[in-house]
Amino acid sequence: MTAFLKHLGGHAGRVVLALVFALPLVFMLVSSFKPDDQIFGDLGSLRAFLPVGAVSLDNYTGVFERVPAAQFLLNSVIISSVTVALGVIVNSMAAFALSRMRWPGRKVVLTAVIATLIVPFETFALPLVWWVNQLPLLRVNGFHPEWTTGWMDTYQVQIVPFVANAFSIFFFHQYFRSVPKEIDEAAIMDGAGWFTIYRRIVMPLSGPAVATVAILTFLPAWNSYLWPLMVVQSEELRPVMVGISYFFQLNVGWGQIMAYSSMITVPILALFMAFQRSFVNSIASTGVKG
Amino acid sequence: MTTMIAALGRLRTVRRTRTTHTRRRESLTALGMAAPAVVLLIVFLAVPVVLAFALAFTDARLISPTPARFVGLRNFTLLFQDPVFYKSLRNTAYFAAIVVPLQAGLALALALLVNAKVRGVIFFRTVYFLPVVTSMVVVSLLWTFLYRKDGLVNHVISTLTLGHVQGPDWLGDPRTAMPAIILMSVWQGVGFHMIIWLAGLQTIPAELYEAADLDGATRRHRFRHVTWPGLRATRTFVLVTITIAAFSLFTQIRVMTQGGPLDSTTTVVHQAVHTGYDQQQTAYAAAMSLIFFVLVLTVSLVQRFLTREKD
Amino acid sequence: MVFRTRRLACASVTALAATALVAGCASGDGGSTSGASGNTLTLWTHNAGNSAELDVVKKIIKDFNGSQDTYEVKLQAFPQNDYNSSVVAAASARKLPCLLDVDGPNVANWAWGGYLAPIDVSGGEVPLSDQLASTVARYQDKVYAYGFYDVALTFFARRSVLNEYGIRIPSMAEPWTKDEFDAALAELKKSGTFEYPLEMGTGGSGEWWSYAYSPQMQSFGGDLIDRDGYRTASGTFDGKDSVAWATWFRSLVSNGYMAKKSGADPNKDFLAGKSAIQWDGSWNAAKNADKLGDDLAIIPPVDFGDGPKIGGASWQWAMSSSCSDKDGAQAWLTFARQTKYFVDYAKATGTLPATQAAARQVDGYQPGGKFNELVEYARTFAVVRPVTPAYPYISTEFEKAAQDILAGADPENALGQGAKDIDNNLRTNNHYAG
Repeated sequence: MTAFLKHLGGHAGRVVLALVFALPLVFMLVSSFKPDDQIFGDLGSLRAFLPVGAVSLDNYTGVFERVPAAQFLLNSVIISSVTVALGVIVNSMAAFALSRMRWPGRKVVLTAVIATLIVPFETFALPLVWWVNQLPLLRVNGFHPEWTTGWMDTYQVQIVPFVANAFSIFFFHQYFRSVPKEIDEAAIMDGAGWFTIYRRIVMPLSGPAVATVAILTFLPAWNSYLWPLMVVQSEELRPVMVGISYFFQLNVGWGQIMAYSSMITVPILALFMAFQRSFVNSIASTGVKG
Repeated sequence: MTTMIAALGRLRTVRRTRTTHTRRRESLTALGMAAPAVVLLIVFLAVPVVLAFALAFTDARLISPTPARFVGLRNFTLLFQDPVFYKSLRNTAYFAAIVVPLQAGLALALALLVNAKVRGVIFFRTVYFLPVVTSMVVVSLLWTFLYRKDGLVNHVISTLTLGHVQGPDWLGDPRTAMPAIILMSVWQGVGFHMIIWLAGLQTIPAELYEAADLDGATRRHRFRHVTWPGLRATRTFVLVTITIAAFSLFTQIRVMTQGGPLDSTTTVVHQAVHTGYDQQQTAYAAAMSLIFFVLVLTVSLVQRFLTREKD
Repeated sequence: MVFRTRRLACASVTALAATALVAGCASGDGGSTSGASGNTLTLWTHNAGNSAELDVVKKIIKDFNGSQDTYEVKLQAFPQNDYNSSVVAAASARKLPCLLDVDGPNVANWAWGGYLAPIDVSGGEVPLSDQLASTVARYQDKVYAYGFYDVALTFFARRSVLNEYGIRIPSMAEPWTKDEFDAALAELKKSGTFEYPLEMGTGGSGEWWSYAYSPQMQSFGGDLIDRDGYRTASGTFDGKDSVAWATWFRSLVSNGYMAKKSGADPNKDFLAGKSAIQWDGSWNAAKNADKLGDDLAIIPPVDFGDGPKIGGASWQWAMSSSCSDKDGAQAWLTFARQTKYFVDYAKATGTLPATQAAARQVDGYQPGGKFNELVEYARTFAVVRPVTPAYPYISTEFEKAAQDILAGADPENALGQGAKDIDNNLRTNNHYAG
């Protein structure tokens, strides 16, 4: 009986917490279907969380009239997924070398990498703009590749600077250290090389770490705002967050902002749910390996 | 990348050799594997950061017809006389001191809560994670609504206390503005660290728990002797990342309060961006960032020293 | 598990291929010249997401491209919020377009910084002398930009409400005095009908603060900086008239006349009857008239002693100094100076047409029209913000001081600190010489 009550109590706690975490976002989603006047009218009561009153899709139609939302979404999908894919590979390799292999300079590199965590992006964004514009760029016009200078106004200027990430390296590093070292020794006895150990043994065991780093890399890529404003001039290459500021005109369209915010949040949520499964699967696999 | 492939090629030709060869092989492979990340970090982080810091010793402006000139320590002298800079340091420290333990602890509690093998637990996990996937700009806008004097937060307070307590104008009052931002920041970020703790919890071998159960350990004991030691690596990560994120507090401030009221919420990074962009004093902002970097580095070194592993 | 590894390998190959592809798909201008390639001139505007105004820009471009064969203007729209960041970043990378729009008070700063080149649009249909003074931006006696419109701030109120409380409805010839205004607010507050009778948009941020409130300070006799040479703010920014303004400004909050921070949409609150008098822009005049009809009173700014004042200058068009085809850019700037475009702008955006000829063609703004008085405010009361490269800095200091004052800071200290900071900034920048 007490066990049952405890169980119920646990769930009650979970439900209350779920309300706390979900309600502001429910407010966002619900408001996205309401006209502006009603959003403010409902603010002082529970109606703020309920799809009541003059509910319609007007805000969503309005969004598409104001912002090339489909193009922005596509751009963000490209930018974020490429950043994630490259980031997982590049950072896990580095973390593997830093956590499981012995080489001169390892400690120095690790400390330096962790030190880079501390510098907020905003503080060096401007020198970076100048700097990426000095870098060489290979452009392919038809069949004529040519070297030019300056990365402004491309996809890659939104991707490459964010591939290597100290947080990701650090996280992989911490995770890899928890995988028993004896595995490496055994594999080496069997004649396997280090890269094979990384690729065939350690990485497959690191599902939760990959999932975490993927999310860790994806979110800032998806939410980037200041950087694309500075380096992307063509509307065709802009990511979703820049779209938000399209709504801050003299008379702010709050309903449309809610609609657009919902539109750009829901896909990530779906993605997270997909990663959830890989999480759960990896519990089973690590459980087996012990 | 090429180094790595070359190293791999060499790897295959050499079979079993003496230890020195194995060592060299290991070093080369390691360098090859670390190289892409290290090169990218140097090009896209180290170089611009050094450029930015170099600006701190000049009179560089955001917009200027004349090139920057070296002015020695002038920016630092000005900075140490700037009362708002001290306020921003104090606010940043205040924010970090509350948020780090609060968010780390709450995240661990949530992780334990959703690590249970109970039906529906994935649903809760997803819900707790919701704020994390929502952009901080959007979240800050939402909470600006909720925190209004006639907003929902006060409405809830008034309902729960049967009208006895009238909530303050959260963001408009210097006493409540920072606590309000702390609360919202934890709300937004805690789900992420819940996931990190969760990933850590899953690296703890199930046999250890089984063994503990066989020994008849209570839940408290299990936590103290199995879970907590098993989370050693995760702990460092969580602590370091929350600390650093807390020190870089910026977006919420920019959207919700712009540092006000009466400088009660301005932070070092907010101040740096405000002076660097809005006020066009690039060099002065760079000096601020440099000081900030040194301070945070010190704190994290101390933190790492305190949480160091006893090998 | 092997399957998963293979997937990872696939992912890495795909990722690398994608990066390569990305490099190939990159578009934009390479090379060293900026803003023009071949005969194509790039034009930047701050109007992304604001289709009403953007459509007018598009129309002018289309007409221009169709009117001749030498040049082709290409549009690139940016969101207004961080338009300045985009421009500054592009300038640091030497990638400014040939043509760009700029917020009036920033012209001096950008011209001084070498972003902008002086323009010569003497061949246009509309002579510059026909425009409202605030819509032509001059710096060091050269013209750098012109705008098609201006906006004016005004008080909106309901006639019925003012009559009910015996408050005189003022005219341009006889605006409210400070005492009259205070008495009116006291009366409205006393009625208990309005929690905050006055709405001045104190929830805004950025340039709005300087635009909306520094003219009131000027009406008190104060100012942001001593305009004689723009060399010092001390004694002006924190002079006794400015302090008098600040004290009054603070009293609005301490007397409960005005919210310390207004709601997300002040105009909605006014239309819903939450506030009795709203200090707001001419851009809402038509909307208010629609909702309130003849009950709407458009009220001139209060005369706090030195005459009624409002801020002047809005968005204007300029040419970058790095433009590789200045003739082409000037051709566009000259072409655009046709009365019909002044009319289009005003109609599309609800702003004040910059010329009399255009005003005659815009319903409501023609002489005797119900909004014509707003054009007269812009002509008679407008004060441009200080024409100095230091303006962006001064503006942030004013914003901070004003916000601190509303939050309870001592007016004298807040303004004193601001004046000190501005003077420091002027000194360390050698008074923006060069």
